[in-house]
Amino acid sequence: MHVPDGFLDAPTSVATGVVAAVGVGVALRKARAELDDRTAPMAGLVAAFVFAGQMINFPVGAGTSGHLLGGALAAVLVGPWTAVLCISVVLMVQALFMADGGLTALGTNISLMALTGALVGYLVFRAALLVLPRRLTSVPVAAAVGAVVSVPTAAALFTVLFAIGGTADVATGKVLTAMVGWHLVIGVGEAVVTALVVGAVLASRPDLVRGARGLATARPALVTTEAAA
Amino acid sequence: MKNRRFLLAGLVVTLLIAGVASFYASSHPDGLEYVAEKTGFLDSADDDPVSTDSPFADYGTKGVDNERLSGGIAGVVGVGLTLLIGGGLFWALRRRGPAEDRDDAAGDVAPAASSPPPVSADAD
Repeated sequence: MHVPDGFLDAPTSVATGVVAAVGVGVALRKARAELDDRTAPMAGLVAAFVFAGQMINFPVGAGTSGHLLGGALAAVLVGPWTAVLCISVVLMVQALFMADGGLTALGTNISLMALTGALVGYLVFRAALLVLPRRLTSVPVAAAVGAVVSVPTAAALFTVLFAIGGTADVATGKVLTAMVGWHLVIGVGEAVVTALVVGAVLASRPDLVRGARGLATARPALVTTEAAA
Repeated sequence: MKNRRFLLAGLVVTLLIAGVASFYASSHPDGLEYVAEKTGFLDSADDDPVSTDSPFADYGTKGVDNERLSGGIAGVVGVGLTLLIGGGLFWALRRRGPAEDRDDAAGDVAPAASSPPPVSADAD
């Protein structure tokens, strides 16, 4: 979903740049609470993994493809604010070194994929956890729900930006239907990858999945207290 | 699995995805590009965008003709840069001190306790 230079006019790009700067600023403050000696290296790995994952375009039919955005995935693994920073770093490396996503559109891309992707993905993940049974196996399922919602949400938000500051004269309704429709399909791929990766990390190191805290530890803790009593 | 081994395994998987598997990725336009083309605003993209003249532009490596190698190198470089910038940032931002003694770490039993507290494993 990397927006190139030129799709949006200058005022809109400046505005999304301000939103991105403020969002990343908040994330820099809040991520401190999520990062310690154990989770900081994990967060670096998650950023690198998302970079790699974004290189794998999978076909979704009609000559279109999609790839992992990774916001929901990162948020579940290392926390929402650290996730915002993970995806922002990925987008920065892509724009600066890979010519993927315009440099003047970096603010737009951070707003859509880092802020919207990670935060919406995380909120939906949390909401899904509330209704799912309180056990570890619910975590990948909830992560998948967060992932599948985050992608079309970002696509819808792009359309809003396009309606405000798109440089081409194309009917918003047409763009909205196409964007949300295709990204719903891409979101299914996002959900599958997210659930598989979260599941794999849970299987080997449940303590490194931030979104599983409380669930990961509830059972062993209970058992030990009961045994002690 | 210990911290160091887990991180190493994750890094190997990541490098394999970026360096090897990426060659087999779909070359179809992505969702946004496809929609832009179909609804008719693809041309509004800048023909001559601001460029950093990176030797790895478009996930290829300048001067490397072998397509597999060119993309693989770019992928590995990208992973390295992301790890360096991201990892450095997160390491600088982290709360200092042992990880265990905060939060609701009361039940943080098995894996955390089994790995020795001074987990500066990645500092090499």
